Amino acid sequence: MRFLPNTETDRTAMLTAIGVSSIEDLFSDIPSKLRNASKLNLPEGLSEMELMNRLQSLAAQNSGANVCPTFLGAGSYDHFSPAVVRHVINRSEFLTSYTPFQPEVSQGTLQTIYEFQTAICALTGMEIANASMYDGASALAEAVIMATAISKRRNVLLPANLHPAYLAVVETYCRGLDVALRTVPYNGGVVDVALLERNVRDGSVAAIVIQNPNFFGCLEPVTTITEIAHRAGALLIAVVNPLSLGILKPPGEYGADIAVGDGQPLGIPMSFGGPTFGLFSCRKAFARHMPGRVAGATVDLDGNRGFVLTLQTREQHIRRERATSNICTSQQLLALAATVYLSAMGPKGLRRVADLCCRKAHYLYTKISSLDGYSGIFPAAFFNEFAVRCPVPADKINRSLKASNITGGYDLSRVCRESPNTMLLCVTEKRTRAEMDRLVELLAHCR
Amino acid sequence: MNIEELKYCKSHEWLAIDGNTVRLGITDYAQNELGDIVYVELPEVGDTLAPNTPFGVVESVKAVSDLICPVGGTVVEINANLLDDPELANRDCYGEGWMLVVEISNPTDTEDLMSYATYQEYLEGGAE
Amino acid sequence: MPEPLIFELSASGRVGCDFPDEEFLSNFDCCLPDDALRQFGLALPEVDELTLVRHFTRLSQMNYSVDTNFYPLGSCTMKYNPKVNEEIAALPGLSTVHPLQDTATCQGVLQIMFELQEYLREISGLPGVTLQPAAGAQGEFTSLLMMRAYFEREGQGCQRKRIIVPDSAHGTNPASAARCGYFVTQIPSGSDGCVDLAAVDAALRDDVVCLMVTNPNTLGVFEKEIEALADRLHAVGAFLYLDGANMNAIMGKAKPGLMGCDVMHFNLHKTYSTPHGGGGPGAGPVAVAEKLIPYLPVPTVVKAEETYVLDYDRPHTIGRLHASYGNVGVLIRAHAYITQLGGEGLTRVSEDAVLNANYLLSQVDVSYRRTCDAPCKHEFVLSASDLKRRHSITALDVAKRLLDYGFYAPTIYFPLIVKEAIMVEPTETESRETLDRFAEALNDILKDSATAPDTVRGAPHQTPVRRLEEAKAAREMNLCFSAACETEHETTTS
Repeated sequence: MRFLPNTETDRTAMLTAIGVSSIEDLFSDIPSKLRNASKLNLPEGLSEMELMNRLQSLAAQNSGANVCPTFLGAGSYDHFSPAVVRHVINRSEFLTSYTPFQPEVSQGTLQTIYEFQTAICALTGMEIANASMYDGASALAEAVIMATAISKRRNVLLPANLHPAYLAVVETYCRGLDVALRTVPYNGGVVDVALLERNVRDGSVAAIVIQNPNFFGCLEPVTTITEIAHRAGALLIAVVNPLSLGILKPPGEYGADIAVGDGQPLGIPMSFGGPTFGLFSCRKAFARHMPGRVAGATVDLDGNRGFVLTLQTREQHIRRERATSNICTSQQLLALAATVYLSAMGPKGLRRVADLCCRKAHYLYTKISSLDGYSGIFPAAFFNEFAVRCPVPADKINRSLKASNITGGYDLSRVCRESPNTMLLCVTEKRTRAEMDRLVELLAHCR
Repeated sequence: MNIEELKYCKSHEWLAIDGNTVRLGITDYAQNELGDIVYVELPEVGDTLAPNTPFGVVESVKAVSDLICPVGGTVVEINANLLDDPELANRDCYGEGWMLVVEISNPTDTEDLMSYATYQEYLEGGAE
Repeated sequence: MPEPLIFELSASGRVGCDFPDEEFLSNFDCCLPDDALRQFGLALPEVDELTLVRHFTRLSQMNYSVDTNFYPLGSCTMKYNPKVNEEIAALPGLSTVHPLQDTATCQGVLQIMFELQEYLREISGLPGVTLQPAAGAQGEFTSLLMMRAYFEREGQGCQRKRIIVPDSAHGTNPASAARCGYFVTQIPSGSDGCVDLAAVDAALRDDVVCLMVTNPNTLGVFEKEIEALADRLHAVGAFLYLDGANMNAIMGKAKPGLMGCDVMHFNLHKTYSTPHGGGGPGAGPVAVAEKLIPYLPVPTVVKAEETYVLDYDRPHTIGRLHASYGNVGVLIRAHAYITQLGGEGLTRVSEDAVLNANYLLSQVDVSYRRTCDAPCKHEFVLSASDLKRRHSITALDVAKRLLDYGFYAPTIYFPLIVKEAIMVEPTETESRETLDRFAEALNDILKDSATAPDTVRGAPHQTPVRRLEEAKAAREMNLCFSAACETEHETTTS
């Protein structure tokens, strides 16, 4: 076995040094009945060559975006990621190190965390950010719990147009806690502001959550909603698509108190939904309530700048049951990927990508809504995703697109049973005009 | 401040009793065990404290410790300088590093406190 | 020489990417309303590609890592990460699959997930598995929520509110319990570092949800009384939870399900060789006994005839923990690892991990050693108490001095029940020569502590930076570069 250096000669010599006669002796503390029953019945091991053959053939059974141009978004996006991103995160020194417990030999990781935190603050316009959470959904759940801890109130308002999986994760996280989640309906694709205002009046609301762009791709009246939250003494939690912030108003600009989101659009492959990372940023005043790992700048004994994990007294290894969260790791490697991505893009590149996604989506929207039987559902402005009403059920359309090697949009009837013939389409910068024109041509025949 | 005239409790706070009020801080032993103090959280003036319950926390880089007031009462003064400069509790724990002044609600609460000599014995006996 | 921040290398006008589709931008508009658009500047770095590559390459060189240094970090299982696993996870047929595409178009990845579930069922000896938790801590949380849902359905939801954890437990155990609204009772370990049955008996009532135990425990000792422990918990209707952080010691030797454990989490980034990535991503799948299967998170991967599907139809589920299905890329790597080793290979892994640990322990000077009679499992805990008493050299000093020898430091000051603890886990992938060199370094430090104590106390001397002022970082809270600039600005104007 190529991962195990010990030869039989080594093993014998080592056993002698230990003073036992066999490896089994080292396991004599495990009751023999248990040991005898614990033999593993797994398929026989494969060589590297056999493994590669097997996995290549399994991979070939998937039709990912590598073979089918995709118009599917809804939380995971087919963006272009420059080669430098993969190059850097595959550096062994980043890939095979762990949590920077010893800062003297972990400055590479620590400085990249600090650079990541800085880049996230630049994007969101917030004052501080942590080193990342598991994904956008758990970052939102942590934000909701943090808001109730800060405000000492228990009600949280979530919009009905929030990503349904995010809502589900928030519900799971709050199952055992004294937090009451209430849903606010939408109207015309965006949060019903009048209803929201009525719901928030009683002074019991810890936070209002908005997603911008929301699950339907629509842009929310963020400034108005933030004002409503603050008038009621509630915090505003914004769920963002970080890539959209290349052109869209960042949460810090409209006064959000906490901003979270999923980092996948920032150069990270879809990989069937993970690993990605959750970005988490907020006001500096909330630093001691923040979940997760944080790096800070300091100096060493010689006065040189260096970085350490800081504010650790919030965390589980010190505060145990009184920690701000049970999270122990971050999604460091993906946070590094995003840092490299954002550094490669720069302000101009990120604006350009966001702009391209938006313009291409609007190009496709115009084309599709001019087709017989197809029309946009919501009047609100959108970024790179939009909902359309179709003449036939979305899954029927998707099957027919599949036959032409195109992955269609998200079947909205999966979450809104009352609207059977609806689809959510997404366009990234990777979709060419030819691919979009081809989609439109195929849709024209789906009636 | 003559530390020999102060009263002490097992959680390593000192108390200077002055009639109806008591001034409180952490002992030299406590600040030394904690190491560099980086953050102090105190109650607000007007808050009511129950005897022997935590009223705040003091944090070093790698430890958090509850602050406990052995007497019940109302907070009449807090050391706001300490919030901005927590290191004061290291540098001058019996002086500028004081934490609270409490108006005592039940004078008998002070009866069980240790004298300087008893506290020294407690420390030598391997206090936790 | 400190490396500047990428933001400090920025020069206006430099670009590190291409700008395609100029034509599209000039010909089509998207007409977003002004109030939806960014007015703030976007302070990202402006650098060319080579500047960027050099910056991150230089930063990487400031790290110790498994591929460059022996990394005996106790409790973290820093074993070698096979390179083929990286190639597999990066196959375009796996990395470009969208989580919401029709399951008929992603049978390959679903089959990998299904097979991994099967492998983990076999290894744990428990019949139900979820792959969704993104890390061990989320696995603990998931498990506790499942127990919570079970007791609620049994009508004992209000009654059962207490979790028992030994004082040697990982901090995530009590923190996860608190996230479920549970109270934590901490019990003292026995003199041998194992769970003390008498202490369990004293804490055990019908308000207990479970006891969370790590086995082998954080001292690297197998809990011999594990079956008796399980019986006691089951007698009051409570569960036994296994923190699977230390599975690397017992694969093929002790199946948790057979020890009487009802639920456990795995750390795929520890036992199953997925790279630690500087602190994530990991994965923390959970295996459960029959009783808890109805509560598994949705969706699970099931096989219906010859097709793999995602099963959402689970009426008693606790719900979702992740927006998709967890850290699938990590699951793929763990699947590749288990596929290569098979049952015999995994058993060999545990044998060699335990052999390496015992061998290393035998080579370490006796003054670091604590009294313990049983053989250790995959890791052991030393103590610098003796050094501290004789030379005022602490576990921290020893750890820092090891960095000068080119080794990453062991875990220190954990578990909390050992004073001046130094927790060493060599893993099975290290050669005897490496273990010898490490033991020699530890023994040298012992000598240096007597002859040149200041060298030890001032360590490290040969690292990119020297000891850092952690108190300054915590007091000043300089957490991002622009905030730092603002702080400076405020200071100069006030």
